[in-house]
Amino acid sequence: MRRPRRDIVWIPTFAMLVAFAVPWPLWGADRVVAGLPVWIWWHVAWLGLCAVLFSRFARSGAWERGIGLRPEADGDDRGAGGDPRAPPARGDRP
Amino acid sequence: MTLGLSLGIVVGYLLLALAVGLVAYRVSETTAEDYYLASRSIGTVVLLFTTFATLLSAFTFFGGPNLAYLAGPEWLIVMGTLDGVLFAVLWYAIGYKQWLIGNRNGYVTLGEMLGDRFGSTGLRALVAGVSLLWLFPYVMLQQMGAGEALVGLTDGVVPYWGGAALITAFMILYVVLAGMRGVAWTDTIQGLFMLSVVWIAAVWVVSAVGGVGAATGAMLDARPEFGNFGGGTYSVGFIVSTAITIAFGVTMFPQINQRFFVAKSGETLKRSFALWPVLVLLLFVPAFMIGAWAAGMPVDVPEGANVLPVVLNEYAPAWFAALVIAGAMAAMMSSSDSMLLSGSSYFTRDLYRPVINADASAEREAWVARLGVAAFALLAFIASLFRPGTLIEVGDTAFSGFALLALPVICALYWERTTRTGMIAGVLVPQLAYLAVVLSAVVGFVPTLPRTVLGGWDVALGLMALSAVLTVGVSLLTAPSAEGDASRFAVAGD
Repeated sequence: MRRPRRDIVWIPTFAMLVAFAVPWPLWGADRVVAGLPVWIWWHVAWLGLCAVLFSRFARSGAWERGIGLRPEADGDDRGAGGDPRAPPARGDRP
Repeated sequence: MTLGLSLGIVVGYLLLALAVGLVAYRVSETTAEDYYLASRSIGTVVLLFTTFATLLSAFTFFGGPNLAYLAGPEWLIVMGTLDGVLFAVLWYAIGYKQWLIGNRNGYVTLGEMLGDRFGSTGLRALVAGVSLLWLFPYVMLQQMGAGEALVGLTDGVVPYWGGAALITAFMILYVVLAGMRGVAWTDTIQGLFMLSVVWIAAVWVVSAVGGVGAATGAMLDARPEFGNFGGGTYSVGFIVSTAITIAFGVTMFPQINQRFFVAKSGETLKRSFALWPVLVLLLFVPAFMIGAWAAGMPVDVPEGANVLPVVLNEYAPAWFAALVIAGAMAAMMSSSDSMLLSGSSYFTRDLYRPVINADASAEREAWVARLGVAAFALLAFIASLFRPGTLIEVGDTAFSGFALLALPVICALYWERTTRTGMIAGVLVPQLAYLAVVLSAVVGFVPTLPRTVLGGWDVALGLMALSAVLTVGVSLLTAPSAEGDASRFAVAGD
């Protein structure tokens, strides 16, 4: 289990979430669905998706590992058969 | 009769908010940390709503529907993206780290945090000064909004200056009496109130015109271009630069930035983060769609008036229209009192004490803070009488000014190699350049510098890039000063 690598996936995920909150693929689209322009529905659904993924991100602990909080989590990782050459947690500074 | 009722509702609501502030004041302690940060004890619901209500100002409540009315419902996308998504991400990236550092070292303001990290009173004062500078037009914006709101509600019986003066009086009273706890409590009430009222208003208006489909249909008959995404005002450049400058700017707003310090626990921050996009959407959809739908309604919006009150006067009973205006005034008040409160802490802690009078007693400092608030609000009131632009224009100017602070601050938070000189260059140079752009539009005898280039791209976006390049570049060229201490921003270890 390589947590840090999985944590990295959050960066492109966030980039996508921000970039496509604006419905760029529907540029110029003028269909009306259920009373509102279709691109408004895209935005509404997208912000719902953001809420779900934000909640998962916050619970994943990826952020705390990223800024070097909870170094013990990284220690567990190495102890559980991870790469023995793994660098020390980023929070450990002289 | 109706006029008296309307005014009674508005003033009654403002008095109710004041009463809540006074109760909060009773349970407050007299320390600065309690006055400004409610002793870092704010839970999820209150944190969420206090941040929410603070964001919701005349800019959102009146400026937003106005722009949707004039240019189309794309404003919903712009605001939803910048507030609901980009700001949320920045809240986590900047706010969480600031919260951790603030908790460890007891910081109350952004300037204090940076000044301590880089061992520089100058940087501390610079950040506070820049923040107060851009806070000014934003406080003014609330007064303009309130003035216009009461003109709309009373058909001009209450003049523009009367509404602006009313809110100025209430915001001064409020901040002087209540402090952060009071502000946070009333924000929660006001946030909930506004959300409910805006939904009721939307349901009322939509049912009066025959449903959502009919409202959209009428809008498209009147303005067919509102149906397709983009075009007109909403160029790619406009959407991207507005979203980026406002979202980054919001994080550096004193009243928002200071809220990064107040959470009770990391858990509070996480829950707020996840709920944020939904909350934002719940408010923006009805508020901005009413504005856009109004384009297809048989209502006459006079020049310089706000769309929302006009529509409500047409389709809802007078008492309800008054209630919505009261909600909007409350929104402006909760923005303004938070701004003034944070502004006064910036002024006393980062300018007055370190630069002007280091030996001031706590009592004297408290008086300086209160007098400062009153003076600041009165000056903004006077400036608001000149109405120097639309709500969106004035707001956008302030947001961009703050946005120029964001990248140097992010740099300082995450890059240990950042130096004091790098920070000062990264903050000062873009600010001077932007100030020149803004002032050139006001001062008569110099050529007006362009605010946007190449079809809607904001020059502030370029200056943001400049701020990052200068912070990093100058940091690489200079050595860390002896007084600086990167470990002040460490979040792990001892």
